[in-house]
Amino acid sequence: MFQFLNLTLNGVSTGMIYAAVALALVMIWRATRIVNFAQGGMLMFTTFIAWELTEQHNVNYWVALAVAIAAGLVIGAVAERFLVRPVENGPPLNAVIVTLGLLIFLQALAGMIWGNGQAYSYSPGFSIIGYRAGSRTLLFSPNDLYIVIAVTAVVLFLYVLFQRTSLGLQMRAAAFSPEVARMLGVRVGRLLTAGWALAAALGALAGVLAAGTQPGYVTPSGPFDSLLVFGFTAAVIGGLDSPVGAVVGGLLLGILLSYAGSYISNNIPTMYAFLILLAVLMVRPNGLFSRTTARRV
Amino acid sequence: MRGLLRSNLVRHTLLALVGIGLLWLLISALPGYRSSNQIAPIAYTVCAAAGLSVLVGQSGQISLGHGAFMAVGAYTMALLQEHWVTGHSNLQLVGLLAASVVVSALFGAVVGVAAARLRGPYLAGVTLALALGLPTLASYDRLSGTLGGSSGLTVLPPVSPAGIDDSRWQAFICCVAAVIVLWFLANISRSRVGRSFRAVRDDEIAASLAGLSVARVQVLAFVLSAGCAGLGGALLAMLSLTAGPLAFQLSLSFALLAAVVFGGLGSLAGAVYGSILIVLLPQWSQDLASALSIGSAKISNNIPLMVYGVVLALAMLAAPNGLHGLLRQLARAATGRRPVRKLTSRPMEGT
Repeated sequence: MFQFLNLTLNGVSTGMIYAAVALALVMIWRATRIVNFAQGGMLMFTTFIAWELTEQHNVNYWVALAVAIAAGLVIGAVAERFLVRPVENGPPLNAVIVTLGLLIFLQALAGMIWGNGQAYSYSPGFSIIGYRAGSRTLLFSPNDLYIVIAVTAVVLFLYVLFQRTSLGLQMRAAAFSPEVARMLGVRVGRLLTAGWALAAALGALAGVLAAGTQPGYVTPSGPFDSLLVFGFTAAVIGGLDSPVGAVVGGLLLGILLSYAGSYISNNIPTMYAFLILLAVLMVRPNGLFSRTTARRV
Repeated sequence: MRGLLRSNLVRHTLLALVGIGLLWLLISALPGYRSSNQIAPIAYTVCAAAGLSVLVGQSGQISLGHGAFMAVGAYTMALLQEHWVTGHSNLQLVGLLAASVVVSALFGAVVGVAAARLRGPYLAGVTLALALGLPTLASYDRLSGTLGGSSGLTVLPPVSPAGIDDSRWQAFICCVAAVIVLWFLANISRSRVGRSFRAVRDDEIAASLAGLSVARVQVLAFVLSAGCAGLGGALLAMLSLTAGPLAFQLSLSFALLAAVVFGGLGSLAGAVYGSILIVLLPQWSQDLASALSIGSAKISNNIPLMVYGVVLALAMLAAPNGLHGLLRQLARAATGRRPVRKLTSRPMEGT
């Protein structure tokens, strides 16, 4: 029972990271109907920037995090404006290939700057020694609490931004119906750029949070590829159109992976992700939080 | 004679035989290292990419995980060779390759049944997770004994006939396999089955009203495509002498999709151009990197990857319908003829 509680807590904190990546993918999907495979590369790159600052130049953790998020904003905006915009109205697979090209480019660039061989470790923001419950140690540390609070705060911020501000309303309008929004005076292009920038910034936060959870996380590919796939899995479980679904999907995936990793075997997390995804989609082919829509004739 | 040539089957068969002959001439004319480094990898990539092209371009279902089917083919070959077929004559090789095709096609049927319920990005998500997940099974505690863990299983190469060196013979086997795959898929595309693929792709409801079982057609597309990918994977295992998880990383699946989209979705010729590109481009940029003799290993090691990424993105910006689409457009402009047949498609559109 105690182990079950521990695994759940552990799953919640990793699940929050998946939820953040999933939310970033959902934001981009809603805005431009593109699955951004470069997300993994973008957050890898921004995490490397933060790592360079904290570990090589002794910059404060929070300053480095802020720089990473700012870098995410820039990378996201540049990617949308110069790479995605030209293929936005073409065949959807072309946009997928463009984002794959960007992913490969960013991995190569990171390899050129920091090398492919080493896997660097990133010191987490807070202690990773678990809280104590009586005589036993919980699998939940101040750093895990920080992850949960940080992601929750960002989710709330995004909720307020999208539901309560004029900017958010315009962004939703631009995503929902670009033509009509444009006629009503919304600068659709700019808002799509802003949407990508925000999503990349959220990814940057997720990258820095994830890097602190395991030693040797910071390397051009590998863990970040898995993070992208887990994030995408979480987003698909929730239903790609639903931000709430992304968060629930992330938590569900994190918790289930935590159970499977301990009760079955911890060598094949990505295989579990596949099986969980398959199980959910067999029951609900458009994800847990999809609205039932009639198929267009 | 004219009437015979008008039959697709006869024309494709003649083309295939001519193709095999020309490829044999090419293999014997070029130095042996080109056979093993370039011709053979292109040939096995063509097997997988052509199958993927039919799946994505003609039946309208996306797969980001074709590397997983290649892995199934490779492991089938290695396991059969380890446990049941001890010799390695050419006849046995044909049997092993056929078995790999069958097993991966069966696996494709299982995935296809699930895929038939899913559309667009949801299918993309499932196949992506499969591509990342399946190779990790090799290090699963209960299977790592059978599957050889992270270093994989050994595969024995076939014996080449007297007077022909091994690399040329293996490249020839790969080329014959690729031509057979292309011949098979070309006939399928022009047949009732191919038409049903395109009907389902373009409008599922209209297709089902016309009496097609949409799910069955979609599963069939997955089966065919997975079988071709399994053959490609078995050939890869034969060439690299191992079947291991490292050969089937996510980058392989992405490269296959890139080859298909770059060449032109749904087009078999496009799958060939695309495969040539994704095999040769990293090698050329490697040569370029060493010719430039940049001091830092970090930079020169990553030049091929960077060129690859940049070419992928730029190619999509420059030729949105792929190379095949571009060539068609040029040919049309030159002859002034109007477009005839539309084999390209837009999967992932809507959900």
